[in-house]
Amino acid sequence: MELLNLARQSILAPAGIQDGDIERIINQLLSAPVDAADIYFQSSHFESWVMEGGIIKEGSHNIAQGAGVRAVSGEKTGFAYSDRIELPVLLEAANNVKAIVRQGQEAQVGIVKAASWPLYYAPLNPLKSLADQQKIDLLRRVDSETRKLDSRIEEVIVSLVGVYDSILVANQDGSLAADVRPLVRMNVSVIVQENGRREQGSMGGGARSDYSGFIDKDKALEYGREAVRQALVNLEATEAPAGNMTVVLGPGWPGILLHEAIGHGLEGDFNRKGTSAFSGRVGERVASDLCTVVDDGTLQGRRGSLSIDDEGTPTEKTVLIENGILKGYMQDKLNARLMGVKPTGNGRRESYAHLPMPRMTNTYMLPGPHNPEEIIRSVKKGLYAKNFGGGQVDITSGKFVFSASEAYLIEDGKITRAVKGATLIGNGPDVLTKVSMVGSDLELDSGVGTCGKDGQSVPVGVGQPTLKIDGLTVGGTSV
Amino acid sequence: MLQTQEEISRLKTIVQSILDEAKNQGASAADAGLSQESGLSVTARLGDVETIEHHRDQGLGVTVYFGQRKGSASSTDLSPESIRETVSAACSIARYTSEDEYAGLPEKELLATEFPDLDLNHPWDLRADEAIALAIECENAARGYHAEISNSEGASVNTHQGLRVMGNTLGFLQGYASTRHSLSCSVLAQRGDSMQRDYWYTVARDANNLESAADVGRKAAERTLRRLQARSLSTRQCPVMYAAEVASGLLGSFIAAISGGNLYRKSSFLLDALDKQVFPEFVRIHEQPYLKGALGSANYDGEGVATQTRDIVSGGILRGYVLSSYSARKLGMPSTGNAGGVHNLTIDPGAYDYQGMLRQLHTGLLVTELMGQGVNMVTGDYSRGAAGFWVENGEIQYPVEEITIAGNLKDMFRNIVAVGNDVDYRGNIRTGSILVERLSIAGE
Repeated sequence: MELLNLARQSILAPAGIQDGDIERIINQLLSAPVDAADIYFQSSHFESWVMEGGIIKEGSHNIAQGAGVRAVSGEKTGFAYSDRIELPVLLEAANNVKAIVRQGQEAQVGIVKAASWPLYYAPLNPLKSLADQQKIDLLRRVDSETRKLDSRIEEVIVSLVGVYDSILVANQDGSLAADVRPLVRMNVSVIVQENGRREQGSMGGGARSDYSGFIDKDKALEYGREAVRQALVNLEATEAPAGNMTVVLGPGWPGILLHEAIGHGLEGDFNRKGTSAFSGRVGERVASDLCTVVDDGTLQGRRGSLSIDDEGTPTEKTVLIENGILKGYMQDKLNARLMGVKPTGNGRRESYAHLPMPRMTNTYMLPGPHNPEEIIRSVKKGLYAKNFGGGQVDITSGKFVFSASEAYLIEDGKITRAVKGATLIGNGPDVLTKVSMVGSDLELDSGVGTCGKDGQSVPVGVGQPTLKIDGLTVGGTSV
Repeated sequence: MLQTQEEISRLKTIVQSILDEAKNQGASAADAGLSQESGLSVTARLGDVETIEHHRDQGLGVTVYFGQRKGSASSTDLSPESIRETVSAACSIARYTSEDEYAGLPEKELLATEFPDLDLNHPWDLRADEAIALAIECENAARGYHAEISNSEGASVNTHQGLRVMGNTLGFLQGYASTRHSLSCSVLAQRGDSMQRDYWYTVARDANNLESAADVGRKAAERTLRRLQARSLSTRQCPVMYAAEVASGLLGSFIAAISGGNLYRKSSFLLDALDKQVFPEFVRIHEQPYLKGALGSANYDGEGVATQTRDIVSGGILRGYVLSSYSARKLGMPSTGNAGGVHNLTIDPGAYDYQGMLRQLHTGLLVTELMGQGVNMVTGDYSRGAAGFWVENGEIQYPVEEITIAGNLKDMFRNIVAVGNDVDYRGNIRTGSILVERLSIAGE
């Protein structure tokens, strides 16, 4: 397989590691009675460029490489990693981690190639897809075109980030799986000022691809226009309401609702341990029958997509909630084995220096029957929230928040005026039972999401159609 | 100790070689940093070991200047070949960045010249089996505390040592070792349909200064139990007391608002606030970089500039910003030695302890947990998810959750009523609980 050779060349060859060496490390791990073991090799190249104050202010280039060695026995995990991909170091790491189990055994495993799987992105190197001068030209063009949009613009910051990540996972059965993962991201943020009042707006996008998506059809200029639009809307915004009310969420990025309200609570580790508000609830109603929610790592080129997860399992489109009924959880290998189910390709890790755990990929709700305008028209008094910042959840109590950065009042079926950003808070296990209308306008976010869990960050995607929720607490100041 | 010194000398030689390489490749100036960290993390859950993680990290970073243009690069590989490539990558970037009149190394006279021992390095000779035993003891203390403690996310023991060396082409070349150890525990409690989780932790440079495993476990259990059967509040305005462990977030937002980067970008709600009243008169906020053994102590900042013992706020008036060399030049001021942040930021404690603060609150909301970001640095608008307790006549009545608290930070700072002496020393920001006169609460 081409990917395997690419990964061997970029990660193993410079370190002089052969298949026979990997066999030795695995056999070292298996000399204890482990249930599972793996070695995760990674080589990652990262670049970032920042334009600010009308100049190319910063540029940086980062190379990270290393290997993580893991042994699992029952619920126990031993883990060690090193940024030196050298046989003696890795053998020592293997010796340390297998101490998680006490007695020894004999094992002999030979390297075999893993079966093939579909690819959801090409093994491109974004850093080399454009000459540095072209990257600079792109930033300059976005900066100058954005500045021209309005005389109230005070500052424009444009950033461009690219990652070229190669990974190779060797499992205890001797199977080798590799992946080459491009990731790009561009962002424009602006500050506007009028009569001494300042506001900000920000828009970006990204994909598992090279930089060409930002240049095709001048996509990057759209980010600038959208950032300015948001900032100018916020200049007009008045105090947000406070209290429980009907909330209509726009399509796309507001799908962060699903990520926080239910997504984390459906990760296998919390459910295996019984610490999630959703534990033991498969088969129960957790949403109105309009709601079907999936986690889907198989979307072509999306930021949250993966061809295989970080344990070498091909990703899937996993149904989490179907017509309101909880169907299943997202699993890595460890939790799947302990719960007696199949891994779902959700075993992810930030890097070789972190342990894998169940994580989301692209989480979204399927479209429903309602016209988005009809949804707004149906609301007598409420809030229409169009854009969001981050969110957070307490998976045990089920309480979650997400913060609107662009919102409007709905009065008598019409969007009337802009209100300031506010945090929305709700209860994960019942918020979707209050979904009374689901739009036909499913959108995915533009490719900017990053999810944090236990100190590990991974890129994710979200999406949803326009949704109407009959009662969510809006944290404004206007009591 | 001797070994550590030898290792630091070795890392200094590497940093010098990076600086030399930068000069060789044509840079007019450069700075470079190296770090090497090792550690052990152990988690026990339900009375048995769950994970053992051995950590070992290293990294180098270099910034080169060609006149007023700069480029940066970093790598996890410290080999001579990697050093050449990393420097070359940084130089290549500097060909494309713009002339920036404010870019450059710090002014030489601001660099640190004295390096007292800050007592930051106390390696903990802890074997994995000892760490496991400690974690189990801690978790057992929590699980055995009460019958309603129903489940556990485990207890963790962490020990880390880091060596950091930095240098620049002005002749600065320094390094030090520091340690950080912690013990934490998180458990669940259940009563009827109500399930709650909370945690407690202790952290110190010296393991002898950690709270005992039994205390950490007991506090985790108490904090979890007291949240059971929490309810929402009706929407209202009322006084809000931030418990010490969340009050540090308020000061963190203040520091962000007076940080050079946000000021020169005009993305702060405290533009032009220097020498103006930002807090009530009784408030003093200061930096203490030279405290022995403290978590935020440092002789120099991320650029080698000497840190300062100084008042940032006194008499409630903002006396200085938080600046790196770059942001300082942009604002036409000298660096304050804050590249990388503040050092042991301290708000002077007031006369009341925790119970006294509750009596001052009288009737209102005690916040013990905040959720989400919800802080707009440009406008100061503040809206966050919260959990805590409803208090009447200075007495806790019942736990609350699924509410938000909202206001504007500018008003909140001005309307601080009292700062407690129940100081939380577990971070770089040292504060007691903080009572704010009035915020908007949104709930059911």
